[in-house]
Amino acid sequence: MPSLNRRDCLAWAGGAAAAALAGPLWAQPARPVADAGAKSVMQPFVGVQPPLAAKRLISLSGALTEIIYLLDAEPLLVGSDTTSNYPEAADKTPKVGYVRQLAAEGVLSLKPDTVIGTTEAGPPVVLQQIAQAGVTVALVQSDHSWDEVLRKIRLVGQATGKQAQAEQLAQRLQTQWDETQAKVRASVAAGRAPRALFVLAHSGTPQVAGQATAADALLRLGGATNVMQGFNGYRPLTAEAMAQAAPQVIVTTTQGLEAVGGAEKFWARPELALTPAFKNKSMVALEASQLLGYGPRLPQAIQALHQGLLAIQP
Amino acid sequence: MALLVLAAFVFAAGQGAFAIDAARLPGITWNAWLHWWQGTGAASPGASTEQLVFATIRLPRLIMGLAAGAGLGLAGALMQGLFRNPLADPGLIGVSSGAALAAAALIVMGALWFPSLPRSLGSWPLMLTAFAGGLVTTFLIYGLSQTGGGTRIGVMLLAGVAINALAMAGLGLLSFLSTDEQLRNLQLWLMGSLGSTRWPVAITACVVVAVAMAMAQRLAQPLNAIALGEAQASLMGVGVERTKRLAVVLAALVVGCITAGCGMIGFIGLVAPHWVRMLAGPDHRVVLPASALLGAAMVVFADAFARTVVAPAELPLGVLTALVGVPLFLAMLRQFRRLL
Repeated sequence: MPSLNRRDCLAWAGGAAAAALAGPLWAQPARPVADAGAKSVMQPFVGVQPPLAAKRLISLSGALTEIIYLLDAEPLLVGSDTTSNYPEAADKTPKVGYVRQLAAEGVLSLKPDTVIGTTEAGPPVVLQQIAQAGVTVALVQSDHSWDEVLRKIRLVGQATGKQAQAEQLAQRLQTQWDETQAKVRASVAAGRAPRALFVLAHSGTPQVAGQATAADALLRLGGATNVMQGFNGYRPLTAEAMAQAAPQVIVTTTQGLEAVGGAEKFWARPELALTPAFKNKSMVALEASQLLGYGPRLPQAIQALHQGLLAIQP
Repeated sequence: MALLVLAAFVFAAGQGAFAIDAARLPGITWNAWLHWWQGTGAASPGASTEQLVFATIRLPRLIMGLAAGAGLGLAGALMQGLFRNPLADPGLIGVSSGAALAAAALIVMGALWFPSLPRSLGSWPLMLTAFAGGLVTTFLIYGLSQTGGGTRIGVMLLAGVAINALAMAGLGLLSFLSTDEQLRNLQLWLMGSLGSTRWPVAITACVVVAVAMAMAQRLAQPLNAIALGEAQASLMGVGVERTKRLAVVLAALVVGCITAGCGMIGFIGLVAPHWVRMLAGPDHRVVLPASALLGAAMVVFADAFARTVVAPAELPLGVLTALVGVPLFLAMLRQFRRLL
């Protein structure tokens, strides 16, 4: 679907629609909405914007919501997406749907003046509609890095008018991060980078993480090697591929373990029986939003992951 | 029937996650129109949020709903007339999924196959691809189920089942190849949704459906003749083959265009003409336009529910149409089982 404003009939009559958004389908990065009168920040937030200082804020990212609570700015929060489930209080804010399946009217019905999210939020058309309605939309570029966490903290600081507290939080986490990364680097340098496999088993067939995923970056940051090379995104787990990849350790989420009915059940999957990890039942399981959300708990997650990996590889 | 559409439209216009006082709608609409007319765009500085929500989000959605419902109702009526069978439906015999498969292939593989495809073409390549997919599917089904004396319903339904299965497999393969983001979108799209409607698409769909409705009206008499049997119709001087071809192309055109715009919306095309025939008899001069109107009213109503039931989130539209459509379809099957 072309995503342009109703400028004039010629725009579509000539078929010269500005940008293609095929139904809710074309995945394309959010672009600035060239629209006089609608104040919109459709490009990733770069920290040079004037303070947003929202009165009514909607967060479309679990990590951003978490930071809002850390900065004690939750009175400003009028809504969040379904991934915002930590801390527990965040679960009680009105939910505008899953981060990639938002509905413009639903978001606007909560009368926000600012919407913050990551570039994973969508569909892009909906974000543009929200911006067109005069709501400031600020997005953080999502690239699964430590810098992403810092960007998120600064954005929330701006959006809630608590820049000073945000800066303190960023520095505190940076210290944690540096310590953790020093340990990781030391063990990688000592040749202790176990071959790990990330399994996502929240529903249906377990999926394994390839490149360009949050999990892949996480394994690297935790000082492990991802055994799954050569494809992007997630793929279903298959027995032969498992045997071939020979992971020494399985990394997964506690939610996934609960979903299959505990670690026993998890290891009972025939695909895993042929892996080195199976011999010692080597597994590290961490809470999903901590592990994959790239929020303020990332240093802890990396530390826990790293320690788990060390324990498996003496 | 037209009154029903109007009622549905007004009802749906006042429904939504964003509370807009129904009494103020005329004023809001007028203001939006004024702003547009003056060329300041919907998001002019003086516009209220209400007006913005209505003019840039809800109104195009309603228009798209009308167009989609009318198109599906019309396509259903055309196919049922063409196949002389009350169970023909663009979704059931695979036309929608053929169109969806073609469009989805373009979405996922487009960047790979046609890297030079300029974005500036907007949604036209997609619309045309979906149309082509719908057309190919329709002709395939039609060719398979033709016999000397007409179309064999059993063959047609089986072919439809096969095509649907093939399309599902193709879509499964595409979702395997797609990125997480594309996958999410594919799923949303397969369930059908008006959530991402923008003006250009809504207006394009409207024009296509309006043209199709006008052209279909000229097929009403020939279709009435064909209802008596094709040989009979030929004797009456009706160009049977020409009628069939035109009907097939029209149905594929509107279904392809709508599928490209808002995904697969099931059962409207099946149920709407049926209700019309129960109420107004089998004359195609009535059935064709009335099916379109009833379809439009149904989709607009269904979408109003989709938007409000789980507000501030939204249900996919296809879920609702199937929830209503499937029981009706089963009841119809029971009635027509002798024919199968």
